[in-house]
Amino acid sequence: MNSVILRGRPIVGGYAEGEALVTSQEISGWGGVEAASGTIIESRHELRGESFKGKVLVFPGAKGSSGWSGIFHTARLAGAAPKAMLFNTMTSKAALGAIVTRVPAITDFDQDPLSVIHTGDWLKIDGDRGVVEVIKRGDSPRTQV
Amino acid sequence: MRLTADEEAMLDGKEGRAVQRAMELLVQYGDALGAERLVDTNNVCGANVFSPAPGLPKFESHDQIFSQMSLDSDETFEIPHVKAYSCQLIGRMDARHWRLQEIEQETHDLIAESESYNAAHGIQLMNTCTPYQVGNVPVKGEHCAWMESSAVVYINSVLGARTNVEGRESTAAAMLTGKIPYWGYHLHEQRAGTHYVDVQFPVQDFMDWGILGYYVGKMVGDKVPVLDHVNSTPNLSQLKHFGAAASTSGGVELYHIPGITAEARTVEEAFQGHPIQARFSFGQQERLQVYEELNSTARDPHVDLVMLGCPHANIQQIWEICNLLDGKTVHSNTELWIFTPHPIRELADRNGYTKIMENAGAVLMSDTCPAIGRFLPKGTKVIATDSAKQVHYLPAIMKVQGWFGSTKDCVNAAITGRWTGGIS
Repeated sequence: MNSVILRGRPIVGGYAEGEALVTSQEISGWGGVEAASGTIIESRHELRGESFKGKVLVFPGAKGSSGWSGIFHTARLAGAAPKAMLFNTMTSKAALGAIVTRVPAITDFDQDPLSVIHTGDWLKIDGDRGVVEVIKRGDSPRTQV
Repeated sequence: MRLTADEEAMLDGKEGRAVQRAMELLVQYGDALGAERLVDTNNVCGANVFSPAPGLPKFESHDQIFSQMSLDSDETFEIPHVKAYSCQLIGRMDARHWRLQEIEQETHDLIAESESYNAAHGIQLMNTCTPYQVGNVPVKGEHCAWMESSAVVYINSVLGARTNVEGRESTAAAMLTGKIPYWGYHLHEQRAGTHYVDVQFPVQDFMDWGILGYYVGKMVGDKVPVLDHVNSTPNLSQLKHFGAAASTSGGVELYHIPGITAEARTVEEAFQGHPIQARFSFGQQERLQVYEELNSTARDPHVDLVMLGCPHANIQQIWEICNLLDGKTVHSNTELWIFTPHPIRELADRNGYTKIMENAGAVLMSDTCPAIGRFLPKGTKVIATDSAKQVHYLPAIMKVQGWFGSTKDCVNAAITGRWTGGIS
């Protein structure tokens, strides 16, 4: 079976499944994300024009303005939040942002999620235990039991 | 996290549901960070004045707005008076020029009501990204809980205060409890330098300090740069611009310039004996590259708006802009908007500077900026600014082209309507 398990430190509990949206670039919240649609708008960002709404956002960390949590908070109220957040670098922005987004969030992984997970992979996230199952793209999630 | 008796009492609801919720949020946040405890703070800067935004639901009361937006609670609490000294940061509306911003009467009234609500709860309406320019000047070692990345990097570095970049919900919780997680830049050892920057180009003017900041932020991300061989003494405006740029391109929350900033007299002291993670230098080549990058969204030389005062201008900058205007007038196809905190605008009124700007066709605005308030003169396609931070954000947020250059080149663009700025 073509799946990989990652283990990390839980930040926000809960269970979620969804398609991965992966970026190797840090994400700027305020001024970098259009909250109402969850779209990345930062000039020169590799995900510019793409929305994280309903996806599992896999990213190195948070950067930029202190409005980070406020933007993700607004995205949640607008129904445009990601399904889960997986990131490498812990900062005050990322911690608070994950909490107010109220979706499973994990950090401090045993393997680098940015190299293991690719955009389009299907992820099963156990935010209570800090476990992520990565089902590589091409395998239907329904066939994985 | 280990909690003290007073923190446990707040968590148990002894001071009411709103304070209890604030403490729950701080405990969850502290646990997420991996903090061992909280620390007392009596200096908090946040952003609780409400204005409608796309995606937000309609609220029934200001208590509901505060509960949901500031305390992340679906339950509405009666919000008590704040416990800590608390200040409101920059917001969306200029109390004087809101019609020029094309804010509807209904929105104006809602924001004005929200301001009154916050003031009545003990939150100081400073309404600026630079509280340290209007009287909130923390001392070295003071534990603070501030939002606004450009203000955080200023008080951490230049003044030696201690804060992380907080967010709206954590600062609101700190206002009600007088607590914030003891983590990150609250700890002495976390404040050690990590990256060594050899400043080979003689950085002297306002524009070059912004360029250097943008470069350093790109190179170090959110680490702690130590700048060596700075052979001039920067003033408040220059360090404000440097920090704002470094926190924008990277996420710099603390830097050291030995001999100038608060915590390090020497390079050795800045690193606290820790190994240097990386070394790099800033010379003419790096300077020119960053200038190009900051101008990468601009093509059309016809400038619709010149924006000055990001972060908010102080009275020295306003005086200098008046001197640059020198009796000339702003071009008929161009607007010149300058942004400052409202107490400084009042000083500018008394000094006659507001009048000088008005006579030239410029507008001195306060409480907001085009990026925060999302407003531009009608039909604006091209802006020019002397701020590395504003030229980073405004083209992305407002889909305009942005020129970056010196204050003098910007004022010239306002007078002639054309961008002719450059770098040598």
